[in-house]
Amino acid sequence: MFLSGAGRVGCGEELLVKRLAILDANRCVGCQLCMLACSRRLGYAGLNKSAIHVVSHGGVERGFTVIVCRACSDPPCARVCPEDALKIREGGGVILIPEKCNGCGHCVEACDLGAIKLDQETQKPIICVYCGYCAQFCPHGVIALQEVE
Amino acid sequence: MAGEWINMLSKVLYIDLTKKRYWIEDRRDLFERWLGGIGVATQLYKEEVSRRADPLGPENVIILSVGPLTGVFPMASKTVAVFKSPLNGFFAESHAGGRSASAIRFAGYGAIVIRGVSERPVYLIIEPGRVRFRDAGALWGVRSAETVGRILREVTGGAGVRSILRIGGAGEKLVRYAMVMVETFRHFGRMGLGAVFGSKKLKGLVIIAGRNYRIPNTRKYLELYQKIFKLTMGPGTRKYHDLGTAENVAALNAIGALPTRNFSSGRFESASEISGEKLVETVLARRVACSACPVACIHLAAIREEYETEPFMYKTEFISYDYEPIYALGSNLGIGDRIGMLKLLKAVEDWGLDAISTGVVLAWATEAQEKGLITKDETLLDLRWGDWKTYLKAIQYIVQQPNEFYKVLALGVEEASKRYGGADFALAFNKVEPAGYLTGPLYFISLAIGSRHSHLDAGAYSLDQKLLSTGASLPSPKEAVERIVEEEAWRQILSSLVICFFARGVYKADLVAATLDSLGYSYSEDELKKLGREIYLEKQKLKREEGFSAKNLSIPGRLYQVDTPLGKIDRRYVEEALAYFDQLIKEG
Repeated sequence: MFLSGAGRVGCGEELLVKRLAILDANRCVGCQLCMLACSRRLGYAGLNKSAIHVVSHGGVERGFTVIVCRACSDPPCARVCPEDALKIREGGGVILIPEKCNGCGHCVEACDLGAIKLDQETQKPIICVYCGYCAQFCPHGVIALQEVE
Repeated sequence: MAGEWINMLSKVLYIDLTKKRYWIEDRRDLFERWLGGIGVATQLYKEEVSRRADPLGPENVIILSVGPLTGVFPMASKTVAVFKSPLNGFFAESHAGGRSASAIRFAGYGAIVIRGVSERPVYLIIEPGRVRFRDAGALWGVRSAETVGRILREVTGGAGVRSILRIGGAGEKLVRYAMVMVETFRHFGRMGLGAVFGSKKLKGLVIIAGRNYRIPNTRKYLELYQKIFKLTMGPGTRKYHDLGTAENVAALNAIGALPTRNFSSGRFESASEISGEKLVETVLARRVACSACPVACIHLAAIREEYETEPFMYKTEFISYDYEPIYALGSNLGIGDRIGMLKLLKAVEDWGLDAISTGVVLAWATEAQEKGLITKDETLLDLRWGDWKTYLKAIQYIVQQPNEFYKVLALGVEEASKRYGGADFALAFNKVEPAGYLTGPLYFISLAIGSRHSHLDAGAYSLDQKLLSTGASLPSPKEAVERIVEEEAWRQILSSLVICFFARGVYKADLVAATLDSLGYSYSEDELKKLGREIYLEKQKLKREEGFSAKNLSIPGRLYQVDTPLGKIDRRYVEEALAYFDQLIKEG
């Protein structure tokens, strides 16, 4: 169940589209368990394959910023992609079609949230699939998978 | 004994500061035999450091190591540092968390060995497969370790996946108990690693992650992860989660085991002012965590303060607190003023000093001045119990060393008492100032015989507390030593993996064996225990070669005079235990 992660959950007749929401970044303790979970979902131990990022505001005492794709309804990353490798998802956000991606990195620059990073090993963008696996390992209720309104 | 997982851990990064060279060696031999962490670091130390090496000379090395569970299971969050201690001249070990362990691991290394001495100040940026030597001329002399971190954050990459280690003024000035700050508020605190950095003209290390490791058996691993994650959120770690280690203040004071005014008493009349409960009620402002830890034991206080010179001008500062600094810079100095105590914590943090050693040194100095062994001619101050403003000045002097007295204070309490007297109340074990537990004889025996003379070696304060709560009679000296050694031997496994001791209640032998199994290792519980004992003996034997023997230690007389919850400590009991310990190690 955790490893599929298409971000769409069948529920009776209608399809509910989900996205990851940041409920309260002030509760973030900087433990990186979400980042480790995102990598683990793919069968890796590491921090650099994660689609979610946690950085301090210049020192941990000032708290943390949690950065993850907010599933924009009009995503700039998709618009700048020269290869149409980022397909716009119904309800917001994008789906990566890796075969089409040429690794140019325009999407990384286009996202003002800083939510897209290039995988240094594959040279392709790491795109959140809105599976919510990370949220299951957030010990302090910072993030949650929510239905798109 | 293990499969491919070792290949992803066994790379050792060697750095030569003298020649500005670096190279990577595959040390599968060590990681296969000794797991990682302290097991491997001990062997690297044996290879690298001669028994007679000068701790502050180029022949000393800094070894940082992590283990097979680092970044892979919850609370495997610590890095082990090994070096020859400038405080006592022996093999030394210090642990720190923050993001250091995951950064080293995911930069691609199981261990880092730093040799030599740089001609000029330098800091290093360590990445997968690469080390950059950066001129630290502009940073040298920046006395606040916090400020150094702020600068390094701005000028290096890797935000969010890096760790920043650095020294403050104390490390540069070779104070023998200078610490290395990790991120903010975590430290390689004990045994003087900061001075070793300073002696090598090494101002800091920035370690940036970049590697990812394919997990060999995903399903088994994911199930086990889920289970351990739940356990680390459970009652076994609640203490660290809620009040944090500061919970000990009230608990120890209640049984008369909170060291007060240089260990002259176990009860502090103002304990409730500096207790974990009171701190939560008044100043706790945020909690933060090390990498891969759901507990978030790091408790940060905020203090808001008006500038004396400018009304309506305010600042708010964050200060991390834990039990040990509260004892050392609070009750042991007779300080019940919460804000004053927090300012002392902030001062040692900024200057880059070890809080425990600093507090014990100042407590000795206060008592020595009270008794007339030293005067204001030496101290330049009127040191008085509870007077935190004067202690703030004294902390500054320990680093700046304006006269001969402070130069000697910077060598540690045992050296200071050798010069000025008062050995009876100079609290140290093999020159290492103790953590704050006046619980009874087992704790002090463990400080004398523990491989790093730390309360963490065996946690023997809890053995004393158990005797108190059950009303059981003292074990024989022989049995006491055996219990302490058994616990310390097991902790070598935790320190090799490397798991935070706050998760020791979660990671029992069966669970440790299961985690290793999920990564392709094969150890039975008994094999793990045997390996723990082997690592323990390796460390103890190293110290013997360097000249250690327990029976030659001078135990501070104060310990035989003060009341503990288990009554007065019997000198013969302690001496018998130490003699038995020497015999035990000799026989291996």
